[in-house]
Amino acid sequence: MSIDLSQFHQVFFEESFEGLDIMESSLLALDLAEVDAEIINTIFRAAHSIKGGAGTFGFMQVSGFTHVLETLLDQIRSGERDIEQVYVDMFLECVDCLRGLMSDLQAGTEPDMSQADDLKSQFEVILSGDTEAGTEENLAEEPSADGTKPGSQEGENVTTNDSEEKGWKIEFIPCEDVLCTGNEPYRMFRELQDLAEAESDGSIEVIPHLDQLPEFAKMHPEMCYLSWTIIVRSTIELSDIEEIFEWVVDDCKITYKRLADCDLSILEEHHKLGSDSEAVESETIESEVIESELIESEVIESELIESEELGSIPEQAPEIHAAEVNEKIEKALEKVAAKTAPSATKKPATKAAENTSIRVSIDKIDGLINMVGELVITQSMLGQLGQEFDVSRIQRLQEGLQQLEQNTRELQESVMKIRMLPISFAFSRFPRLVRDLSKQLDKEVNLVMLGENTELDKTVMEKIGDPLVHLVRNSLDHGLEGVKERTDNGKSSAGTITLNAYHHGGNIVIEVQDDGAGLNKDKIRSKAIEKGLVAEDEQLTDGQIYDLIFQAGFSTADVVSDVSGRGVGMDVVRRNIAELNGSIDVSSTPGEGSIFSIRLPLTLAILDGQLVRVGEEVYIFPLVSIVESIQLEKSMLNNITGSQFVMQLRDDYVPIVCLQDIFNTDTEKKDLEGAMLVVVEGDNEKIGIVVDELLGQQQVVIKSLEQNYQKVDLISGATILGDGTVALIVDVSGLNNHSSDKKSDEQTQAA
Amino acid sequence: MTNAAQQSHNDKVTGTGSDDEQQYLTFIMAGEEYGVDILAVQEIRGWEATTVIPNAPDYIKGVINLRGTIVPIMDLRSRFSLERVEYSPVTVVIILKVESDRGERVMGIVVDAVSDVHSISDSDTRNSPELIEDLNTEFIRSLVSVDDSMIILLDVQRLLTIDKQLLDIATDVAADNE
Repeated sequence: MSIDLSQFHQVFFEESFEGLDIMESSLLALDLAEVDAEIINTIFRAAHSIKGGAGTFGFMQVSGFTHVLETLLDQIRSGERDIEQVYVDMFLECVDCLRGLMSDLQAGTEPDMSQADDLKSQFEVILSGDTEAGTEENLAEEPSADGTKPGSQEGENVTTNDSEEKGWKIEFIPCEDVLCTGNEPYRMFRELQDLAEAESDGSIEVIPHLDQLPEFAKMHPEMCYLSWTIIVRSTIELSDIEEIFEWVVDDCKITYKRLADCDLSILEEHHKLGSDSEAVESETIESEVIESELIESEVIESELIESEELGSIPEQAPEIHAAEVNEKIEKALEKVAAKTAPSATKKPATKAAENTSIRVSIDKIDGLINMVGELVITQSMLGQLGQEFDVSRIQRLQEGLQQLEQNTRELQESVMKIRMLPISFAFSRFPRLVRDLSKQLDKEVNLVMLGENTELDKTVMEKIGDPLVHLVRNSLDHGLEGVKERTDNGKSSAGTITLNAYHHGGNIVIEVQDDGAGLNKDKIRSKAIEKGLVAEDEQLTDGQIYDLIFQAGFSTADVVSDVSGRGVGMDVVRRNIAELNGSIDVSSTPGEGSIFSIRLPLTLAILDGQLVRVGEEVYIFPLVSIVESIQLEKSMLNNITGSQFVMQLRDDYVPIVCLQDIFNTDTEKKDLEGAMLVVVEGDNEKIGIVVDELLGQQQVVIKSLEQNYQKVDLISGATILGDGTVALIVDVSGLNNHSSDKKSDEQTQAA
Repeated sequence: MTNAAQQSHNDKVTGTGSDDEQQYLTFIMAGEEYGVDILAVQEIRGWEATTVIPNAPDYIKGVINLRGTIVPIMDLRSRFSLERVEYSPVTVVIILKVESDRGERVMGIVVDAVSDVHSISDSDTRNSPELIEDLNTEFIRSLVSVDDSMIILLDVQRLLTIDKQLLDIATDVAADNE
């Protein structure tokens, strides 16, 4: 009987990502001067759950990697080792790396283990440094000059030298009926092997002893006559090994010895046996290599010196190679750092396709259940009323309907609330981001987050993350001054970035505020003139000047840095926010800093719409996109290229489209003169749409057309009107693109 | 009914169904009798006015509101290039539901009238002759004779798949299911 574990994978990934978030935030909260044991425990628990889960689901890459992480954490937890900044940095790197691995696994691709392996060997160096040196603790991070504890990234062979002493010799003499109890030694060995080979240089060798084997005729098929000697070459803790044999420890005789303390003659015999019969088990091949090294170590050593790639340090020539190794480590570290960056950007692409789930607090569910209960009561009341209805009871009926209406509205509100998450989900990444960036830019920054419990629709939350990151990076890089400049201007050396979220009307406002130098109006202006965005003599208000930074390709940074300054960004930020039906504003005071405020609708599921009738169909325009509605007059109309009409609207020429034409619905076309025109704006371009009648304005619930049909061009969704019919919501920015597409089509046709 | 259908659908999926007999809902269109897997039928409704979708193929009559879900309606006569008839009060919309890789898809088909429910065993069905090479044969799963009359069994999965790209996916899914 086997259970299909893959059905639990999604849950595992979600929990693991949560665990990683916990690890990250705990690591950031860690105060090195005064370590809170509870925080270490939290980190350890998170790592442990991930390791356990990964092991259960067979993600050995993850569990193996987490294991070394956990080992170091365990030492810190038990007080054997003090936590240091380097460890915290490494743990944070591990969190990133694990995230990458998990995302790859989740997307079903083979994870890129190179970074994990690099980190793992760093950990192993730290750990082995400790076992070997005993009391010395700090030598692990940097290889010491004498080269005996090389912090080598590729130092497999060095560590094999170490593993002469490291590891365990296990004598396993099972009782005869061990198989009957359902304990399969092979399985234990396999587990032991996984454990050992979780380390790059780990290996295991199993030597069976056949001397207890009876004659064939006397042999009982269900009895186990074998005993084993197992050599584990790895830095495993004794407790881990004991865990594997936990089930059989009462019935069987098991002795553990450190490899360093025992003589390995048995191995040699075994290998002689093995090579004589030329039947070497595959799992022993590695140890055979080690074994031959032991015998012919001098030969090997000379080879090692030749093979520089191995980056190894034979014991007899430490001084020469220590420097070289140092260099290699630095290079490798650089590589690791370089890899971290792309893997971070790679992630979201693979993630998008996943089915997402949402965690809802039990309070919200309880509230819902209550409300449904009330709804049922109202329904039964109305039902009763209907059965024995006469005119005298009409007032009761009206009351009942009123109650029903109220219940329905409440229910709708609480159902919408399920999608709402506190904005701390979006904010949580910033402490890390700010920490890393401030280090990179060498600035002192305090991050203040306010209104973290402000709730926001999950879909909006997912989409606002990237623009927010961009704004915070900008504030850090361009907004805040360096330490020196700040103190020169009489400010405190540490800058402050404030993230604030609050509800305002039907909107949520998110502010990114810094107390830096503020936007430099003159610089923006001169840059804009340089780029030809504004005329030299044009008078601009402050607002108009600040607005320029949202233009594509605009950057005032003198130096293009990794962080920002390439001039792609603010226009993207604005576009992303516009896609969410939101807006962004800047205000700034020279010398005191600037505030970017993003205003977003609370949810994407509801839209303020203007209902219009075109022919027999009712369409909905998003209210935010409507500039004005006017009656067309002959004098305003101009005909260009025969079919395309434009209208002069104050200083602009606005193209006019008939929805019948572009939707290919067969209704008669009316004369444009005297027609009602709705002027809408999308992507900063105006367009006039001819409609037959303006109906009311109302909030509409957006329904998907794609769910059962497919994406329809120029239509962003559908909704259900009060009378139960379906009305389509017009995609205004799509209309703009459509009209330009059409134009270019016609041009190509003409040519 | 939906629950029962779901239940038996589940039975089918888990393979606990007692035999290979399947029930088919049959309907009449232009004098011919067609059948669809009854497990794919969600409900049967009368014709009601639809909201026209811009730039849709002519066999898509539009969308309706089915208890809060937007459901497209396909005219099976125009899908099969049959002669058009005026819709009357007896014109029936069969709401079909299939699992696709994007989740459940619901779509209505307009037919002349609903006929009967038949239990048909897979072994009784015959493949449609391959002589006829037109688009419509894609939607035909097999033919079967019941009481001396022929019923055309339709492949609902393919029927509900609107464009070519999705059709390819549906073919893959169908292949996987077999």
